[in-house]
Amino acid sequence: MNNESAKIETRDLNLFYGTTQALKSVSLSVQEREVTALIGPSGCGKSTWLRCLNRMNEMIPGVSINGGVLLDGVDIYGKSVDAVEVRKRIGMIFQKSNPFPQSIFENIAYGMRLQGINKHADLHVIVERSLRRAALWDEVKDVLKKSALALSGGQQQRLCIARALAVEPSVLLMDEPASALDPLSTSKIEDLICELKESCTIVIVTHNMQQAARVSDKTAFFFEGELIEFGATDILFTAPTKRKTEDYITGRFG
Amino acid sequence: MLTLKKKILGVAVPGLSGAAAFFSVASVFIILGIIFIGGIGNISWEFVSQAPREGMTEGGIFPAIVGTFWRVLLMSLVGVPIGTITAIWMCEYAPQNSPITRIVRFAVNTLAGIPAIVFGLFGLGFFIQFCGVEMDKMFAPEGVIQWAQPNILWASLTMSILTLPVVIVSVEEAIRNVPQELREGSYALGATRLETVLRVVLPNAVTGILTGAILAVSRGAGEVAPILFTGAAYFLPHLPEGLTDQFMDLGYHIYIMTTQSADVDGTKGVLFATTLVLLTLTFALNLAAITLRYHLRKRMIQA
Ligand SMILES: Nc1ncnc2c1ncn2[C@@H]1O[C@H](COP(=O)(O)OP(=O)(O)O)[C@@H](O)[C@H]1O
Ligand SMILES: [Mg+2]
Repeated sequence: MNNESAKIETRDLNLFYGTTQALKSVSLSVQEREVTALIGPSGCGKSTWLRCLNRMNEMIPGVSINGGVLLDGVDIYGKSVDAVEVRKRIGMIFQKSNPFPQSIFENIAYGMRLQGINKHADLHVIVERSLRRAALWDEVKDVLKKSALALSGGQQQRLCIARALAVEPSVLLMDEPASALDPLSTSKIEDLICELKESCTIVIVTHNMQQAARVSDKTAFFFEGELIEFGATDILFTAPTKRKTEDYITGRFG
Repeated sequence: MLTLKKKILGVAVPGLSGAAAFFSVASVFIILGIIFIGGIGNISWEFVSQAPREGMTEGGIFPAIVGTFWRVLLMSLVGVPIGTITAIWMCEYAPQNSPITRIVRFAVNTLAGIPAIVFGLFGLGFFIQFCGVEMDKMFAPEGVIQWAQPNILWASLTMSILTLPVVIVSVEEAIRNVPQELREGSYALGATRLETVLRVVLPNAVTGILTGAILAVSRGAGEVAPILFTGAAYFLPHLPEGLTDQFMDLGYHIYIMTTQSADVDGTKGVLFATTLVLLTLTFALNLAAITLRYHLRKRMIQA
């Protein structure tokens, strides 16, 4: 594996929830402008690993983490690194879409307001650009002042993507972003992922192997907190080298 | 034998509990009925807009309404922010189940259980005899007592401590009802904890804060004991004009008319009417709080 061009990587990453170990020495590197999919049975640590990349786990009481997480070669858990700064550079999309109970406009503007951008004209430019990138502009351009909660589930999830894009992250983490959506909305999200990878590095957790196969360049298979196999998606799905991977992708368990 | 016992219990338990339930409901209606019938005849525009006359047998209760209004307003201005900040700290900052949070929770629960008269004594001892005396040393001209005596400020502050637990509990409930996903969404966009509290948690807890404020007001409006020694006056010819003034108060007015009246029969109608006004006020406030909370819960379920 060529670690030189890794956008983000973990080295011997261990994570404990209290005394139970959820990640066991995971070393994995994600290349720039690629889509990396994480698959594995539920509870195997996919979300946990993903949330280490933007330091979301450390807010859970009782979590302890050791090992390294490098973003552009810099350890984001280093003493001089502020978690808030890390999260501005790494966007996150959650399994359950979580728009704020505010207008569509204010949802997208949220991240920019945090950075002190408050002029309506400036905000509007970025709101429009972000909504266009998330393929939502045409559907909502006339109702920007309406509550985000009035949107459909699929639209809400694309709104969350737009909201993340507004702060120009270089990495986008997605935790089963389409698992609660209908097939049409899912395919819109998948199309979006393929477009966004031109400008972003994307890591996506999915329990849907067809989805992983459709959207990702590389796939990582997790099992019981360990990284079992990692490689190019087409190879991993057609010629896995590990027995467990084969069992999983052929549907023998999970 | 066993079946007989079961049979007896089968009749006695529902019978007794039904009777108990009936008794509770009946007493509410009897109390309300007596007050309503006794008071409604005396309620008029004059009654709520004029000062008492003729040893409180004539005129109205306007100064007491105004006094009660100012003291619950002052109380809320102090108590609601303090209670809200405490609740925010307990929910968002303090480590859960740490000794310090348990101490604070214990203190809040204890505060809720202290008899109201004790707050009155505390107000007298702490606010008037300590804070007031010290303030006079600093601000008042030599020999003049400005702050070291009962006034509306000390009464309101005493009341805000009494109602603090009500505010804290309501706001806590509202804050805990703010979905965790919203906080995570905010953090993931690079918000600090403070920014998340101010921009996500608080706006979504506004209804709960309002509910807390209303419940505190409705609790505080009816309490007399805490203001007995800290600011309420028997009769005042003028309305309170500043923080160092004393004030008339609805609950205290009822107490005075009941215990100190020279003409018991003459004050009776006014007494009932005052009670009716106070009860209506408290009910209206509780109703507002319940309605708010209902909407809060409904919104939560929909979200
Ligand atoms: N907040 C938490 N506290 C304690 N244990 C957790 C927490 N989150 C996840 N876990 C545990 O860690 C393991 C990995 O969970 P997770 O990363 O969510 O798995 P996945 O996303 O692959 O389904 C599971 O056994 C889960 O029960
Ligand atoms: Mg998961």
